[in-house]
Order: sequence, then C-alpha cells, then structure tokens
Amino acid sequence: MGDSRNIASDGVKRRKTRTASHANQLSWPRALAIHAVLVAGSLLFLFPLVWMISTALKPIDQTMVMPPRWIPDPVQWENFWQAVNYIPFFAYARNTLTIAILGTLGTVLSSSVVAYGFSRIEWKGRDIVFLVLLATMMVPFPVTMVPLYAVFRKLHWIGTFRPLWLPAWFGASAFNVFLLRQFFLTIPRDFDDAARIDGCSEFGIYRRVVLPLSRPALAVVALFHFMYCWNDFLGPLIYLIDQDTFTLALGLQFFQSRQGGTPWNLLMAASTLVVTPIIVLFFFTQRTFIQGIAMSGLKG
Amino acid sequence: MTSREMRSIRNGLLFISPWIAGFAAFTIYPLAASFYYSLCDYSVLKPPVFVGGANYHELLTDPVLWKSLYNTMYFAVFFLPLATLLAIVLALLLNTGVRGMTIYRTIFFLPSLTPLVALGILWMWMLNGEYGVVNYVLNMVLNPLGLQAPIWLQSTAWSKPAIILMSLWGVGHAVVIYLAGLQDIPKQLYEAADLDGARWFSKVRHITIPLLSPAIFFNVVMGLISALQVFALPYVLTDGTGGPARSTTFYTMYLYNSAFRYLRMGYACAMAWILFLIILALTLLVYRMSRKRVHYGG
Repeated sequence: MGDSRNIASDGVKRRKTRTASHANQLSWPRALAIHAVLVAGSLLFLFPLVWMISTALKPIDQTMVMPPRWIPDPVQWENFWQAVNYIPFFAYARNTLTIAILGTLGTVLSSSVVAYGFSRIEWKGRDIVFLVLLATMMVPFPVTMVPLYAVFRKLHWIGTFRPLWLPAWFGASAFNVFLLRQFFLTIPRDFDDAARIDGCSEFGIYRRVVLPLSRPALAVVALFHFMYCWNDFLGPLIYLIDQDTFTLALGLQFFQSRQGGTPWNLLMAASTLVVTPIIVLFFFTQRTFIQGIAMSGLKG
Repeated sequence: MTSREMRSIRNGLLFISPWIAGFAAFTIYPLAASFYYSLCDYSVLKPPVFVGGANYHELLTDPVLWKSLYNTMYFAVFFLPLATLLAIVLALLLNTGVRGMTIYRTIFFLPSLTPLVALGILWMWMLNGEYGVVNYVLNMVLNPLGLQAPIWLQSTAWSKPAIILMSLWGVGHAVVIYLAGLQDIPKQLYEAADLDGARWFSKVRHITIPLLSPAIFFNVVMGLISALQVFALPYVLTDGTGGPARSTTFYTMYLYNSAFRYLRMGYACAMAWILFLIILALTLLVYRMSRKRVHYGG
C-alpha cells in the first residue's frame, strides 16, 4: 500500500517523482497541441462557474435578454445581500456547520479508535471481522433508510440534527476506518514497543504515538466528512422538517422549488454562496485534498 | 489460549467496540428490519402488517418501477463509459509533462466540488430553454444548418442526456485519481519501450492501461454503485416529480417517493432489496469480466 505512505512523506517525494517522470521533453509542436486541448477543456470546465458568478451580479432584467449579456453592467453586489435574506442563509449555514462539525469530530475520533483496533493490535479473528466491515460498504443507503427512519421516529429524533451526526460517532463510515487502518499499518512497530516499555497503556499508545503521527490521514478523513455533510441532500431531506432547521443544500433546493417565477440572479447568488466556502476550503487544503483523493482511489 | 492472547482479544474488541455498536444499530438491525418490512404493508404511522410476497409481486407489474429501472440503466450505461474515457484522456494529457499541470488539474477538479444541489440549479439555468446560455451558443452553430438546439430538461428525449452532461462536468475527481495512478507507473517501462521504438499509442495500450487497470476497476465499481443510486440531481431538477413524463424518475427517487411521499415504506423496502441485489450482481459481473484484464502489480 505505497499510496498511503505517500501522504506521510510530505510533498517532497512526490515532486521528485513528478519531475523524473517528465524527463523526456516534449517537442514544442506537441506541447503546443496539448496546451491547446487543455486550455479549451479548461474553458469548458470553468465556464459554468464563471456564468454562475456573472448571473449572480446582474440586475434581473439583464438575466433575461438574448443574446446573453456576458458581463453584468452595473455590477449589482446587493444581489448577495438580497439572497442572504431571501433564504435565511446564515441560519442554514449555522445548521450545516453544527451537523458537519459534530459529525466530523465523531468520525475522526471513532474511526481512528476502530482503525487502531484493526491494525495495531493482533487478535484472533481480527481479519474476518475486518472483512465484515468492508462488506458493509456494499450496502446501499436505501436498504437501511426506512428502518433507520422508523427508529429515529420512535426516539422522537425526526426534525432534530441527531440522525445526521450521531451515526458518525460509531465508526459508521467503513471507508474512513479502512483509510486510517491502511495508514496505521505503515507506522513502524518500534514506536509502540518503546512506549510500552515506558509503561504506556494501549490507549496511551493510540493517543500519544499513533494519533500524532497520523495527522495527514486524519486531516483527509476530516476533510472528506466535512465535505460530505456540506453536500448531503438525501439525509437532511428525510430527517429535517421545519424550515428553520434546514441545511444549506436542502434550503437552497427548497428556495429554488418554492419560487414561481424564480429570480435567477438571486438563485445564482445563493448558489455562489454555497459553493464558495468549499472552494476556499479546497485552496487552503489542496495538498491534503489531492493526496487524499489519490489515496482513496487506488486501493486494491 | 494464553492470557496474553486473551488480553489482546479484549483490547482489540475494546478498541473496535464503537464500530460493533454502530454495526448492530445502523447496519444489522436495519438490514433485518428492512427485509421484514419488505414483506409487510407498512406506513410507519401504524405497525407493519405481514403480507408475504405481495410487495415483490406488485413490483413486477409496476410500470413506474420498470420505467425508473430503465432510466437508471440508461444513465449508468452512457455515463460510466463516457466519464471513464473522459477522465482517462484528461489524466493522460496532464501526465505528458506539460507546464502548468497543477493549474490545469485544479481547474478540472473545481467543478467536482460543487454541491449537487447547487450544480443542479446552475445547470437548470445554463440549459434554460429561453435564456439558457448553452442553447444560445449551440444555436449559433445549429441554426445555420437548419437545426434547433434541444429544450433539454423540458424534453423527454433530452432530459437524461442533460443529466449525463451535468454529471460529466464533475469528472475531475476521477481525473485526480487516474493522474495519481499514472504518476506511480515506473518511468523505466516507458524508456524500455522507447528503446524498442514503440509509438505513443502502443505504449498507452501495453503499459499505461494495464498498470492503471486496478484504479480503473475500482473507479468503475464505485461509479456503478453510485450511478445506480442517482438521486439528488434529478430530485433537484424536477422537485422530486421526475418529469417530464417520468423521463427522469430514477430508481432511488421512486423509492424515496414511495417511502416518504406515498408512505408505502414496505414497498420501498422491497425496492431497496431489489436494488441491493442488482448492485451485487452487477459488481460481481464487472469483477468477473475484469479478472483477466486487471493487472495487480507488486
């Protein structure tokens, strides 16, 4: 599992291999052709986001003209302010953050403890139990959806945030356990033994040795779960009832479907506000992000 | 068993105990209950009433179910190969050693960060029949040829291609995975091929694709599982109606509506089990088909 090790070895090694793999220089006509294709592709991929922002800044009458107006004139910044009031943006953002933070905390703590039990301790039957854990990844959510709803309903949790973050505290994400286990397996055993000689308990080794050494992998898990909560639509749709408990994703959909003649400029402003935090987060954590995805996709 | 072995079993179980509790509560119990409910008439408001195989029997003759299954398969059959091909081509281009690779990679990746709800709303606007920018550009090309751009989400023929198009926009995630896989291929293999005078295409065919095959396999399986569960996008685009004329009623959406709009929870559970079986069967099929072709290196 070389991929999980890459994460630890900081960007240095990666950068080296990259330059190495590019040793054979491209001839300039070929380089030009490749750039041409990539630039064209980039424009296609970027355009929708640009169009979203452009529409978000237009007065309403400029959204409904043909040929379309590419650059808003005047630039109507108030749209964002209006959109924030149209959908109770800050309330929805607070709801989303509450769920995301509680869930992320639970995911990081529970999946790291569980992954420790599956990687750093040798015990009889461990690998069979781990296979069971992997098998749970195959179960599609719709299969467990109705009974879970029924249970949460009995507990009077429907309409609260609990169904959305509580499962994360019980290692509910098999994938994260898998990811962390792979990483823990790469940490040398000698560290544990040294700590054990110093009188460290098993939990002490987890907390003082393994966790501090696993920060990059924990960051990946935290980041992915946070993203998942930010984007999740089906969960909030099922469990949340009152409009003031909605998350951003659910609120945005509600706002969009409720309007008869939808003001597209405000919808685009609201969408921009939902997308931006994720993009900002990405730019701050780019390395963790890219390596995390690379790691998650190359198992096997 | 020695006391040391006992102690390590105790410690191991202690560490995985959160998962054991979660597994019982959020997987085993719901699985069992879901299967039982699938044999019941159940509205969640009243206790379930056992009806045997009635739900499954009804599924066989439910035209909406077959329609939703068709729509879902349509999506998977077109989206998966297109997405895989596009992602691999982009990753190959990025791995040629062009300058600015990380910038291009970021650009291709950004759209995949867009939450599905926002993505759906954005594309509804882009594909709008009247003021949509996509059709404005398309008509500039098509009108001189005497053709007209489709009305996308308002048309039964084009609503699914529209959803496929939107989903392809988020292909950047797979590009990052494939690119990482490409960067792990030892460069010596290409040098050896160069010495033998291999052309670019045959290097891709005989070195790159075989060594990338584990990543491709993994992505195709995961893509298949999620393609069969498409929900958020069509739900947002149609406010859960799956129109026009049920052309975007996907399997999971019909399942959701059965459970939470029509309160036919038992029926929805039966649908869910069928979905589970379909996913298992297709995954097995992909596994069988790929066993000889997927190359696991050292």
